[in-house]
Amino acid sequence: MKARGKRNSCNTGVRSFWTYFKGNYDMYLMLLLPIAFYFTFKYVPIYGLVLAFKNYNFAEGIMGSEWVGWKVFEKLFRDRTFWLAMRNTLLLNLMSLLIGFPIPIIFALLLNEIRQVKFKKIVQSISYLPHFVSWVIFYGIIVAVTSKNTGIVNILLGSLGLEQQNFLTEKGWWLFIYVVSGIWKETGWQAILYLSALSGVDQQLYEAAAIDGAGRFKRLWHITLPGIRSTIVVILILEIGKIMTIGFEKPFLLGNSMVSDVSTVLSTYIYTMGITRAQYEITTAAGLFQSVINFALVMGADRIAKLMGEPGLFESKIGKRKR
Amino acid sequence: MKSKSAASRAFDVFNITLMILLSAMFLYPLCYIIALSLSDATAIIEGRVVLFPVKFTTDAYAMLFRDSSIIHSLWFTVKLTVSGVACSLLITAVAAYPLSRQHLKGSGILMRLIVFTMYFSGGIIPTYMVVRGIGLFDSMWALILPNMVDTFLLIIMINYFRGLPQELEEAAKVDGCSNFKTFRKVFLPLAKPSLATLTVFYAVAYWNTFFNALLYIQDQKRLTLQVKLYQVLNMFSDSLDPAGGISATVIPENVKGTTVVVAVLPIICVYPFMQRYFVKGVTVGAVKG
Repeated sequence: MKARGKRNSCNTGVRSFWTYFKGNYDMYLMLLLPIAFYFTFKYVPIYGLVLAFKNYNFAEGIMGSEWVGWKVFEKLFRDRTFWLAMRNTLLLNLMSLLIGFPIPIIFALLLNEIRQVKFKKIVQSISYLPHFVSWVIFYGIIVAVTSKNTGIVNILLGSLGLEQQNFLTEKGWWLFIYVVSGIWKETGWQAILYLSALSGVDQQLYEAAAIDGAGRFKRLWHITLPGIRSTIVVILILEIGKIMTIGFEKPFLLGNSMVSDVSTVLSTYIYTMGITRAQYEITTAAGLFQSVINFALVMGADRIAKLMGEPGLFESKIGKRKR
Repeated sequence: MKSKSAASRAFDVFNITLMILLSAMFLYPLCYIIALSLSDATAIIEGRVVLFPVKFTTDAYAMLFRDSSIIHSLWFTVKLTVSGVACSLLITAVAAYPLSRQHLKGSGILMRLIVFTMYFSGGIIPTYMVVRGIGLFDSMWALILPNMVDTFLLIIMINYFRGLPQELEEAAKVDGCSNFKTFRKVFLPLAKPSLATLTVFYAVAYWNTFFNALLYIQDQKRLTLQVKLYQVLNMFSDSLDPAGGISATVIPENVKGTTVVVAVLPIICVYPFMQRYFVKGVTVGAVKG
């Protein structure tokens, strides 16, 4: 009761401010380190984006460097590698999305149809193991599996009398490997969300439908799919919002000079230009450009989700508990 | 549902077969790489390794561990994982509790500022300059501090605290506990399942540290296992010319396989024990239909 009394009286003047502060100062102390973290490693870098409008001078630091307006961006937009990286980022993400998006849904639907609970659990556990395997390990595995003379894939091709392939150095095959390895790694993981949505579908609906004589596939079509529709929509929107975001590790590891036409993406472009060649301004500009487009896409996606009657990104994450 | 139609039963059989095949596909590459690492070089060259080791040998492992730099990386990565998880857990828990109290003034705006960083970031270069600027370069802390709190996991933790009965807080206050004491003595012990989830996610993330190590670490003694693995993989090009130091029974394929196994083994070993927390982690606080 005491605590509640305190809470209700907190908007009346200085005195109540002190009582509030005395009762809650330790909460703010607890927040000190986390705030320091977010400030230093999230907000200071956001401030550091001003570098995109400056001529960086090591001695003067970011703040002291001279402003140059949009000059850095003009230079960036004249760089053909940057546009190549932009195109490839979109290309790889779109391909992965088009081919990869339905697969976890189908997998989840099929898995959901299995009634042997133990078997279902084991399959699910196995399916998301690859998610926890790093891309470096994955790269090692891909190299071993596709290696020209000793890899199992080429051995199989050879025994079928087909020509052996250099999977990682031919553009077409490289794209294929890129998309397939992504599916292999993330299908089980992405299916988790659909499976949890599926378990939330009202069981009474199925019983009612069964009484009405609806067969298994009819039930799937008329009950299960509508039941997870909103999850599908939200995830699709989120994925579209991320179309300009690309991880660094996968394209960096799988890529090589033979396929750089398709494997150069924004993250690897920023890494090679910025870190190895110390072109800080231009890569900061590239990062800012990417971040702004990204943010606009995410906000747009959020707006669309809300228009469709789904909870927005912020609402769905905070404050709402599991049903 | 006794009256199953033939079509329905046929579908069940098909479905179970498909799932077994898929599981095999998810596991096969890992099995294959383990088989490679334990096979004799000649068997690999002749292409006889398919699923099980052929002419079993541990030569490749013996050779790998003769190289002290692997041991160094292994030890460094263990140290990194343990310290990283400790720091991350502490800061995440300490942040989550106050933010989960909706009556706390300013918690709303702080939350918005934190969630904002999930959707807009300074990017690679500005973060790199901050880390370098505060002198973390070439130190283990460069791999811990910049990613110490994962906002997604923080939200999971906040939602968990919000889900606990709120009467607990009032009861503790009536008993004269300060906020901090309420957190430490009442809420934190109750949050053990959630903390376990966080531990798993953070541990995997630290164990798999690659990009940050590439950015911030140059000292060969502080290479994470993933970077070391990357070096080993690139040391031998995709040819069969035995590189220097490779004996007759060990070829690049063995060594690559062996290094991959060493890097992935801890994850596979803890996986059966940890996997129930993964699902909880994604579904709690994630997109909900």
